[in-house]
Amino acid sequence: MLFTSYSFLAFLLILFLLYYIVPKKCQWVLLLIAGYVFYAHAGWECFLFIGVTTITTYGVGLLIDRNHNQQKAYLAENKASLSKEEKKAYKEKQKNKRFALMVVCLVLNFGILAVLKYTNFAIANINGILEMAGSEKVLAFQDLILPLGISFYTFQSMGYLIDIHRGKYSAQKNLFKFALFVSFFPQLIQGPISRYDDLEKSLFAQHAFDWHTISFGLQRILWGFFKKLVIADRMLIGVNALIGDTQTYTGFYVFMGMLFYALQLYADFTGGIDITIGIAQTLGIPVQENFIRPYFSKGIKEYWRRWHISLGSWFTDYLFYPISVCKPMLKISKWSRKLLGEHIGKRVPVYAASIAVWFVTGIWHGAAWNFIVWGLGNCFFIMLSQECEPLYDKFHARFQVKDKTWFKAFQIIRTFLLMSSLRMLDCYRNVPMTFKMFGSMFTDWNVKEAITVGMWNLGLGAHDYIILLIGVLLLFMVSMLGRRGSVREMIARKPAWVSVAVFGTVFIATILFGAYGMGYDASQFIYNQF
Amino acid sequence: MTEMKKRRSKSIAGVAIVLVAVVVVLALLQRLVMPKYMGEVKEGALIGEYYDEDKDFDVVFIGDCEVYENFVPATLWENYGINSYIRGSAQQLIWQSYYLMEETLTYEKPDVIVFNVLSLQYNEPQKEAYNRMTIDGMRWSPSKIKCIQASMFESESFIEYVFPILRYHDRWSELEKEDFRYLFGAEKVGHNGYYMQVGVEPVVYIPEGKILGDYSFGENAWSYLDKMVALCEENDVELVLIKAPSLYPVWYPEWDEQVISYAEEHGLKYINFLEHTEEIGLDFSTDTYDAGLHLNLYGAVKLTDYFGAWLIEECDLGDRRGEEDLTQIWDDKLQKFYQQKEELEEKEQ
Repeated sequence: MLFTSYSFLAFLLILFLLYYIVPKKCQWVLLLIAGYVFYAHAGWECFLFIGVTTITTYGVGLLIDRNHNQQKAYLAENKASLSKEEKKAYKEKQKNKRFALMVVCLVLNFGILAVLKYTNFAIANINGILEMAGSEKVLAFQDLILPLGISFYTFQSMGYLIDIHRGKYSAQKNLFKFALFVSFFPQLIQGPISRYDDLEKSLFAQHAFDWHTISFGLQRILWGFFKKLVIADRMLIGVNALIGDTQTYTGFYVFMGMLFYALQLYADFTGGIDITIGIAQTLGIPVQENFIRPYFSKGIKEYWRRWHISLGSWFTDYLFYPISVCKPMLKISKWSRKLLGEHIGKRVPVYAASIAVWFVTGIWHGAAWNFIVWGLGNCFFIMLSQECEPLYDKFHARFQVKDKTWFKAFQIIRTFLLMSSLRMLDCYRNVPMTFKMFGSMFTDWNVKEAITVGMWNLGLGAHDYIILLIGVLLLFMVSMLGRRGSVREMIARKPAWVSVAVFGTVFIATILFGAYGMGYDASQFIYNQF
Repeated sequence: MTEMKKRRSKSIAGVAIVLVAVVVVLALLQRLVMPKYMGEVKEGALIGEYYDEDKDFDVVFIGDCEVYENFVPATLWENYGINSYIRGSAQQLIWQSYYLMEETLTYEKPDVIVFNVLSLQYNEPQKEAYNRMTIDGMRWSPSKIKCIQASMFESESFIEYVFPILRYHDRWSELEKEDFRYLFGAEKVGHNGYYMQVGVEPVVYIPEGKILGDYSFGENAWSYLDKMVALCEENDVELVLIKAPSLYPVWYPEWDEQVISYAEEHGLKYINFLEHTEEIGLDFSTDTYDAGLHLNLYGAVKLTDYFGAWLIEECDLGDRRGEEDLTQIWDDKLQKFYQQKEELEEKEQ
């Protein structure tokens, strides 16, 4: 069920009405049922996978939690009788038990994800190696299903499990409540990847009808639809044309394709997240922001703190830190400090962990070398930027431009172009092709031809460009306003009719100028595919 | 307190006004972007014109272009005093014909309903644009709802019929003068459902029909013909099956045999006009405007005259030219009919 389908809107309307009609204590049950109804639309076979993840994580979480409690109770009971060494040995033993339990569950669940998502990627690589080795043997690709939102719910569930293992909070005792945490439908298919302790209270709480919150939620949903239907899906026509024909569309077209894709992806992904957050808000459940004006970032590190925040923080908490401080890494750190000196040596574990994180981030986005190179490319530029910091400091000490508006604009544009260039790896069919197309931007000078002829043959007419221009300007203005606080709050402070007029206009614009219905392919949100 | 109340009332009134304005704008936009069928494709406007009529017809034709291009109610009135109407639309599918028939029978009980059997060849929806020409013109009724459900493609949604702006929104970029001109009402296109064409394009070549693997009509199509028969029996209306004398699309003898058998089995009258072209006096070098697909006015008048005589004889219809009110209505209609004929003929010259 696409978020932009009529059936989803009908589903939402029915749910919304029922949600505020049923006894409040049953609201979470209704959400669970709704989540499964929503999921059932993707195919019954997907239930098996989300079911396995739910049950194993729930069960192992309980076992780990029980072990934590048993340890506490045992130590409290035998406080006087146990020596320090005995206590330490006991703790170590229990810790290993919990760790083993966690690892089994992590391996199982990430294993499911890996098999379903990466088997064919592995086969393609093996076939490539076999071909290079002169073998005629070819492994057949497997016809595997990819359950809806598997990357999101697996990461969310495993985050919960690791937190339980770390003793951050207690495990959820009620299987159905835990099932709701895993299958909370607004964020099931495109995130954000929520943390249990963030969601727990509001997810299972009783929510009264609060018009202020609901209207804000509806406004957010509407804005999400505007971004998705008016900007992203219209832009998609141009993007598909520009990246689909690598013979014709070289040079300036590649540059335009890069820009179009950057805007399309942003409008698509943030539009989807707006809908997600808006839906959750109408149900009285706050969900964390996943984007904070990433295209206004002045550097790549800042960009990644603002783009897909929940994924970034997941990787930081559950992959980067564990790798950085794991025993082997500490040994490597010690060794590298000795060998390479304090300055470089202390960077080794951080950079090693960064490379691992960015490799995984890349492959999380897609089972292809393009994505891996994209991830490592980001890593490279982050490291480069870090290494260049002393140079930047010297530059800023000499030239007082740091606070100048034009310099900030330069930094923003530079970061935007850099991130957009890296993202070209999403667009073209393989890495060499991407580099070739990127190179053509500097070798094929066809600006005049593109502007006068080519850009008008992409399936976009003058009216489309006008709509896109207005849409993007609006997006830009809202982002600018957003720097000063919540735009919805600003509007809400005006007389009520202003608010109705503003959102009524957005509604009319979405209905009229949205790229949906006959003549347009129903387009999934890009992040639904992960 | 009073001040607060006043402010609140003001606020509510402001919100209500803006909400109404939003709804009005949307309604206007919906009207604006919906096709008006006043340009090159006028056929789409025919179905909706029925509702302005007095609905006291002796004969109602139902079917595709082979009825609205080939039969002239004005001729039936002038020559035989038969008050008739054509509920025809482009590529009208048999279930659409059935639901139009069902809807018509909620308004009136004609003596005869004439159904053109060409659409029996289609067992499933063919083209959304044609479906729309039939369905969009219908007024909301249980028949329309069923007609939509029977005609929709998988990619369509019912709500797009309820709020056509969701279907036609993209027309904002191709709006023409006619969309603004006919925003609040279109000009009448048909003459009791007849779509007048006076051009002449002689038949020079009749394409041979493809050899089909199976000439049987589909189950779905048959089931709707069964429903038509039952509905007419229930309402005491005589159902007459016809095949208009269009030379193509090809009407296969195998198809004809099936209709003949069906008509015999159900005690229905069936005329295949293709077998009566000589008696009718059709000359396909002068009586068609598109090389044999449809008749022009001159051919249609000949065919209608022939059919009128048949209806009088076979269906026992009376001459209503003595009815004063009806005669007055027809006088107006005939005036417009001949005026348009003159205008079109002038254009053709």
